[in-house]
Order: sequence, then C-alpha cells, then structure tokens
Amino acid sequence: MKQALRKFITENFMFAMEDVQLSDSDSLVDKGLIDSTGILELVSFLEETYTIEIHDTELVQENLDSIDALSRFLQAKMNSVAKQESCS
Amino acid sequence: MCGIAGLWNLNGKAAEAHALSRMIQMIRHRGPDDCRIHTDASVGLAHARLSIIDLAGGSQPMSACDGDVWITFNGEIFNYVELREKLIGKGFRFRTSSDTEVILQNYLYKGEDCIEDFEGQWAFAIWDSGKRKLFLSRDRLGVRPLFYWYQHDTFLFASEMKALLANPLVARELDPVALDQIFTYWCAIAPRTIFKNIHELPPGHNLTISHGSAVQRRYWQLDFGEDSGVGSLKQKLAGQSEPQVCEELTHLLTDATRLRLRADVPVGTYLSGGLDSSVVTALVRKFTHAPIETFSVAFDNPEYDETPHQKTVSRFLNLERNAVSCTSQEIGKVFPEVIWHTEQPILRTAPAPLFMLARRVRERGYKVVLTGEGADEMFGGYDIFKEAKIRLFCAAQPNSRLRPRLLSRLYPWLPNLQLQSTEYLKTFFRVSNTDISSPLFSHLPRWGLTSKLKEYFTSELREQMQPAEDLTELRSLLPSDFERWQPFHKAQYLEASLLMPGYILSSQGDRMAMAHGVESRFPFLDSRVVEFAAALPVPLKMKVLNEKYILKRFAKDLIPDSVRNRHKQPYRAPEGASFLCTEPEMEYVEELLGNAQIRANCLFKPRAVENLLAKFRRGQAIGVKDNMALVGILSTQLVMTQFIKQLGGRYEASVAQVHY
Repeated sequence: MKQALRKFITENFMFAMEDVQLSDSDSLVDKGLIDSTGILELVSFLEETYTIEIHDTELVQENLDSIDALSRFLQAKMNSVAKQESCS
Repeated sequence: MCGIAGLWNLNGKAAEAHALSRMIQMIRHRGPDDCRIHTDASVGLAHARLSIIDLAGGSQPMSACDGDVWITFNGEIFNYVELREKLIGKGFRFRTSSDTEVILQNYLYKGEDCIEDFEGQWAFAIWDSGKRKLFLSRDRLGVRPLFYWYQHDTFLFASEMKALLANPLVARELDPVALDQIFTYWCAIAPRTIFKNIHELPPGHNLTISHGSAVQRRYWQLDFGEDSGVGSLKQKLAGQSEPQVCEELTHLLTDATRLRLRADVPVGTYLSGGLDSSVVTALVRKFTHAPIETFSVAFDNPEYDETPHQKTVSRFLNLERNAVSCTSQEIGKVFPEVIWHTEQPILRTAPAPLFMLARRVRERGYKVVLTGEGADEMFGGYDIFKEAKIRLFCAAQPNSRLRPRLLSRLYPWLPNLQLQSTEYLKTFFRVSNTDISSPLFSHLPRWGLTSKLKEYFTSELREQMQPAEDLTELRSLLPSDFERWQPFHKAQYLEASLLMPGYILSSQGDRMAMAHGVESRFPFLDSRVVEFAAALPVPLKMKVLNEKYILKRFAKDLIPDSVRNRHKQPYRAPEGASFLCTEPEMEYVEELLGNAQIRANCLFKPRAVENLLAKFRRGQAIGVKDNMALVGILSTQLVMTQFIKQLGGRYEASVAQVHY
C-alpha cells in the first residue's frame, strides 16, 4: 500500500522535483508537495482506488499528511468497511 | 495611437534609414495607416501611424515651426484642446489641430516639465537638435510601452522590443533573472525585460540622453502616504460624507470619460459583464445618443462565460452587443501569435481572448475602445486584497475555527476551495510571524505558489539566476515611507505598480489591442481619478468584505442592480484544454514541448515536462499550479523560437511603403 501511495504522490506532485527525497514520515504540506488542489486530487485517488468514502471531518492533516499517516488511515478505514460488510 | 522607433549614433555616424525602416516595419501592426521616417545627421525617428485625431494634419515624425525640434509620439494627450488654447493665449502658433503638436509646443514652452500638464497615455521621443538632446517620456501608469537599448555609442528605442531586436547590433539573448521574476511575479520588474540589455522605461519616468550620458528620472509616483500631496486630499475626503464623496467621484469619472471620447473616429467599449466595464459603458452612453457598439468575450465553457450579465447590461443601456465566441481550441490556435505580441512568457491564457476581441473590433471598423481597466487596482476590487484582509483577521486569532471558513467564501467560483475542510484551509493560508511583518504580506501567497513552478527549471538555468524570492530587487524599488502605509494601501500599490503595467496593461492590454491596431483608453486611470482613489479612506474601498464599495454605490441607477451587486468574477480563460487533449493535438505544442526542443533550449527539465504532459493526458491536471506550469513553459518555448533563435520569420511585416 505504501508503495502505491508513494507512486501516486511521486507521479502527481513530485514530478518536477528531482532532488527532493521523501520519507514515509515526511509532511506533504511542509515539503510543499500538496496544495488545495493537491488535497482533492489525493482524496479522489484514495476514494477511487480503495473504494472508500472520506468524510469532511476526516480531512485533517493527522490522516493525510504523510505516507505513514495515509497508510494508517487507510488501514483503519478498510478495516471498518470490512467489519460493516461482515456484520451485514 | 501608433508605433514609434528611433536611433542615435552618438559617435556621429549618420543615422541609417534602412535600419530605422527595418525597426518600424516590425511594429507596423501598431500603425497601419501611415509610416514615415525622419533623419537628422546621426539621429533618426520613425513612426507608424494609427490615425485617430486630426486625420489629415497629424503626420509624424512632426517638427515644431522652426524645424529644430522633432517628435515621434504614441498615445493620446486627452486634454490637448484646453492646453492648445492656453498655449495660443501665450502666443504660440499651431499648424495642425493634433495633440502631437501640443506636446511639441508645450515642450518649447516648458522644457521637460511639459509632461506635468498632460492628462493622457503616452510614450514619445523628442529630438532637440539645438540642445543635442533626446528626451523620452512615458505616461504615469505605463499604459503605453517604451523600450530602449544603449550600448557602444548607439541608443535605440521603440514601442515594442521586437523593433529593437530587429537591429543587427542587438544580440538576442534571454535574461534568466527576468525569467525567474516572471515565474514569481508574473512579469519582470522594469527596467528589466526578458531580453538581456533591453530596458523598459518604467511608468512615470523620463529619460534624457545628452552629452553622452543617459539620465532616467521619475516624475510621478503612485502614492498612498500621509506625508505627500495625497495626504491633504486624504484629510479632505476623510471629512466628507458618503454622498459627498460619491458626488465628487461622479464628477471625476464623468469628466475622465468625456476626455477619452475625444477622437475623430467612432469609439466603442469593452463590456465584460462586470462592474467596471459596465460603469464605463454607461458613462459613455450618457454622452451620446448615437449607437454605441460594445465588444464582449463569450466562452463556450460556462465556468468562464459571462454572457448573461453582458446581455443584461446591453439591454439596460440599449446598446448593440458584439460578442466573440471563444473556444479552447481557438485559444490554442492563436497562442503563438499572442506570444509574438506579449513578447514575454506568460502564465495564463487570458490575453488570448482579448487578442481575438481586438481583431473583432477592428473588423467592425473601430480603432478606439474604452475599457474598465484600473478600477480593481485603484478602488480595491481584487480578491488578493480581500484575501490579505482575511489572513490578517485569522492571524489575530490563530485558534479560531470559524475565521478560516471566511477563506472559502473568498473564491466561490473555485470548487476546489469550497471542498476544503477548515483544518486544511487553516493549513494552506497559514500566516507566519515573518509573513505578518513583511511589507509584501498581501502578495506572499501568490508569489509563493507561482515560485513553485521553478521546480521545472534546469540546474544550469538556476545557476544563472538570483532568485526573485529573496525580493531584494523589488524591495529596493518601494517608496521610502512604504513601511508606514496601511496594509490595504501596500497591497494596492504592489498590484498597481507591478502587475498592472507589467502584465494587465501590457500583455493583456496594449499588446493585444495594438496587434490589430486598436487603441484602448481607461477612464479609471485618469490621473485625477487615480489620485482621488488613492486618497479614499480604506473602508470606502472595501467595507468589511464588500469590494469596491464606493464604486458600487456610485453605480446605483447607472447599471442594473444584478450586475452591480454580483460577486466579482476574475477574468479567466481555459488553459490546459487549449493545448493538450485537443483533437487533433496542436502540432506546435507537441513540437515545442517535445523532448528535443525542451532539451535544445535547456531551460526546463525534460523529464518533468514529460511527466506534466502525461498528467494532463491522464486528465488529472486540474489545479492552478499544473495549468500555470504548462502555459509558462509553452510560452517560454515560444519566446525562444520566435525571438531568440530566429526573429519573427512568418510574422515579419509585409511590404509597406515607408515615407522619408
């Protein structure tokens, strides 16, 4: 998952930044990779790729601002989706 | 309105008529009606004429009675009628009824101070052979362009840079520092231009060449300070009621419009459907019962289109509306020609529809249009002013969750922003303490965002730059008491002294109109209106978050309420869709953004450009940054192709008669 996230971020936000190194814990905002359009691009990518729905209240840096955070958030999201499906 | 050019061989060598002729031919589009050259030993003046005032008698270059003083002039002195009367009263005799001769005679009367009497938009050169002096002047706000080159005992000047580049003495080289400035501020800071060693005479400046030296002198400065002449006007206005202020504004704007209707040819207006152009059109309507034609841009894409508002105003004022339908495809098609006229890289496609609009004006037989330019700068209409106000408001209470919500109200037409959570709005508009104390506070987010495009620059290019983000060059040009001005005034000054002459009045203004021999005139940039607006109390410009408050109040009953009260929509045009994903794709786009051409110019990273194009083709490039990058890179490549590698080629003026 982290690899897929990294690939998306590199291809869409970092393609002109050849010298920038991004670690899993780096903040996407502080690194200047994500702006107000970028966040929407990221959210639609997540919703389409992982068939999840992200609510407005979840649009916070804590969930979306690094590869680590994203992967934690996605895991939790998908677990809760799986739980809901198994209950129904 | 016209094109001018000239040269002076300071080593005494005779002025070469063929060199002058080549220079003026490059800008024949500015003056298709006539073209003449005058040489006087080592000095030569050239003029391409667009006849508007005194069609029969106004030929140029023109000399004063004694033949010692000659002028080549582009523009209009709107108060020439009154000045002429005054000069006649002092014993001066006139041979023509042109405004050109008024400049000459006033120069004979007052010398270089003559310009202080002028209400207008001008760029001219006067050759005073008795004093062996060449005197150049440009209007206060930079409506009319003027460029020069001075090396190896030769001084050259012209309305457009291509005329200078056409002189074999001028080496055609790109200035990397200017490119860096354009990718920060959207324009180079005058006198710097995108071409090395070509200088722009900044607005409000004169340049005098005599005794082997060139002296550039500022004769006027946009001023919002307390200590200056504006200070006393400020005090006067602060003591007035809103109706009194409105009355004064009515008087000034009406007179500014009246003067700008002086022409011996019919005059039209541009009508965008916004407040400013509607006000100008309504004021013109007041002066005449003759049919007036208005000219508007219509887009097939509703995101940019303002047709319904244009129709409302046309119906209300009983005017004939002329609209140019503009598609993405057409923007892509005319773009190379647009860049031939902007003569510099641009980051938006907005000039292209205006290029098409001027073409329509000309086809309809008009040479002059009045437009609403300048109102946003002077009366506080731009969103950047509002944004700065909200950012300051948020910074005062950094923990407030409600204040950042105001930011999403700022740009209701930007869906991307509407969808942001408060948390992210706060993050994106975060204000640091250093930002707050910066005199450039209002513009830091815009310049910061634009600067991100520099990621595309190659390291070879970056090595030749002094990055504009350090803002040193810009800071050195600010008025001495700038730090003490109110934040709103600082923002207004930056917008009106940098972006307005460097982009709005040039790339979007003069160059697009003059590409088709159309002169634009701006009542809001009348010097009396400008000084009045500068002195207005800030709340009359922006009341809470209601922009151009006093202008809206003034416009009551003048234009329909629905137009008067609508949220300001910035003028924009389609970008990425104009160049990529078109069917078939534009050949020149593929070629100029292809690997070979990108590598050949060595300005942008080939891989990065490739990735950007791929993102567009995947349909994922939706943001401002990607779109600005595409337009910026493409227009820079066009500048390289059309100006640096080879000058003009297919655009070179066709055969036209030059009179000596």
